[in-house]
Amino acid sequence: MILRNWQLYLFVLPAVVYYIVFHYVPIYGVQIAFRQYYPMRGILGSPWVGMKHFMRFFNSYYFTTVIGNTLRISLTALIVGFPIPVLLALMLNEVQHLRFKKLVQTVTYAPHFISMVVMVGMLILFLTPSSGIINHMLAAVGMERKAFMQDARNFHWIYVFSSIWQESGWSSVIFVAALASIDSSQVEAAIIDGANKLQRMVYINLPVLIPTIVIMLIMRSGSILSVGFEKVYLMQNATNLSRSEIISTYVYKAGLIDGDFSFAAAVGLFNSLINFAILVLVNLFARRVGETSLW
Amino acid sequence: MKYESRADRIFDVINYLLLIIVLVLTAYPLIYIVSASVSDPTAVNSGRMWLWPVSFTLEGYQRLFKNGEIWLGYANTIFYTVFGTLLNLAVTLPCAYAMSRKDFVGRKTLNFMVVFTMFFGGGLIPTYIVVKNLGLLDTRIILLVLGATSSYNLIVTRTFFSSSIPDELRESAFVDGCTNWILFTRIVLPLSKAIIAVMALFFGVTHWNAYFNALVYISTREKYPLQVFLREILIFSEMLPAMLASEDSLVIEELTRQARIAEMVKYGAIIVSSLPVIIAYPLLQRYFVKGVMLGAIKG
Repeated sequence: MILRNWQLYLFVLPAVVYYIVFHYVPIYGVQIAFRQYYPMRGILGSPWVGMKHFMRFFNSYYFTTVIGNTLRISLTALIVGFPIPVLLALMLNEVQHLRFKKLVQTVTYAPHFISMVVMVGMLILFLTPSSGIINHMLAAVGMERKAFMQDARNFHWIYVFSSIWQESGWSSVIFVAALASIDSSQVEAAIIDGANKLQRMVYINLPVLIPTIVIMLIMRSGSILSVGFEKVYLMQNATNLSRSEIISTYVYKAGLIDGDFSFAAAVGLFNSLINFAILVLVNLFARRVGETSLW
Repeated sequence: MKYESRADRIFDVINYLLLIIVLVLTAYPLIYIVSASVSDPTAVNSGRMWLWPVSFTLEGYQRLFKNGEIWLGYANTIFYTVFGTLLNLAVTLPCAYAMSRKDFVGRKTLNFMVVFTMFFGGGLIPTYIVVKNLGLLDTRIILLVLGATSSYNLIVTRTFFSSSIPDELRESAFVDGCTNWILFTRIVLPLSKAIIAVMALFFGVTHWNAYFNALVYISTREKYPLQVFLREILIFSEMLPAMLASEDSLVIEELTRQARIAEMVKYGAIIVSSLPVIIAYPLLQRYFVKGVMLGAIKG
């Protein structure tokens, strides 16, 4: 069989090379977190220093700030943001006018395709105190204009609300797909039994979504400590840094801007390990409690 | 069997009302950007323009097009998108097909190898060191090969092949003396136009919007993709007001002038950079939703 299918091995060769070079060699290279890496001496030529870089990170001023900021952003996004696509899908499912349904879907999916640079550019334009539309609106209803982007306390809310605007529609697709699989005889039986729409939504449609919700929550839990670099980095400015410096931006700055490779690699590794551990634990929990789990 | 109770009617009214609010909240910023890009900047900045264009002008666009770097960025991004996507398809499709074949010895190992990277990786710094050691820093090639495929897309494609290409097809092809290569190129690919379209669009949009890898790996301006120039136009120029603290009146004057121009150009830049995606949107929507549904099957 292996002989007959020798060409299939050529089919997978480019992808295998890609995964080895850009995923597994870096995993091997993560050992620089335990060494003092000197670019000239290479990975293996650099001396071992044990947990030095990790201890430096744990004892640094940045440790609590950076982890606190990351958690604040990702937990707010999870708690406030996660239910919205589920709700949106449940609501869309009850719409009988197909053209209206299509319109809502077309419009709410659109922001997903906007690039992060444009997204953050829009935020800055809209939130500028003197000329932004949001501040004009505040002024119109007699409220005070605010420099939102310069106020560190707003940072996670701006991040989360703009993400809700950009991604809720798109994230609802998977739930809409799950709802399409509902057994219509079950719905008809419920109607005969006198269940109204709200009751059907809560007792028939929502339970159908539970497995998908559980899977999505497990996946999200595995990235609780990895808030996306791009958006936060673009939103950062000198005045909001106290609340906007997160693990990934810190790794980027420590490693590539300051050239402290080993230290940054240690911070990154710490981050990946925590993420991986949470994922495994949550998955284990989900498997014990319910029937749904990733593996 | 159209029975609507009072509770149902109230439910419908609330449901439609909420959805209309969602619709307006989502659409408003998009319409605003388009209108602002063709309005007099003074009207925009003072808040007189709030929905439809006021004192129609194309000056923002004219200024934007005078900025040669926008064209450079555009050309670079087209290059990265076209060749990046071609590479993506060349790497992803054959691999996904092989992984979908039950008679392919090693598929489980390969599958694990692919999925594992979705949950654990070496991180930015070790990847950077690899790129550096390969001598690929500040080359156009790195922006193509660094995302040669993606685990998620690979799995979606594999799922498509295993659910839509029947085993009997392969068996009869082998009886007729087909090799795997001929089977794949002559029979499987023509049957898989949907997934090819989905993947081309998935990867294409990613390349078009990509900015992080260029930020990390590219240092020569001539090689910057559009998004990096866009960042300078949209986000860096925001720092100008802070620099206005300067004592030198000439510097202040020059900076305010630049700030005003920048303001005018921003809305136009958003539209121009998103244009290909906007044009492709009807197509995108249709195929992307298909892609997500395919991904959902794997469950």
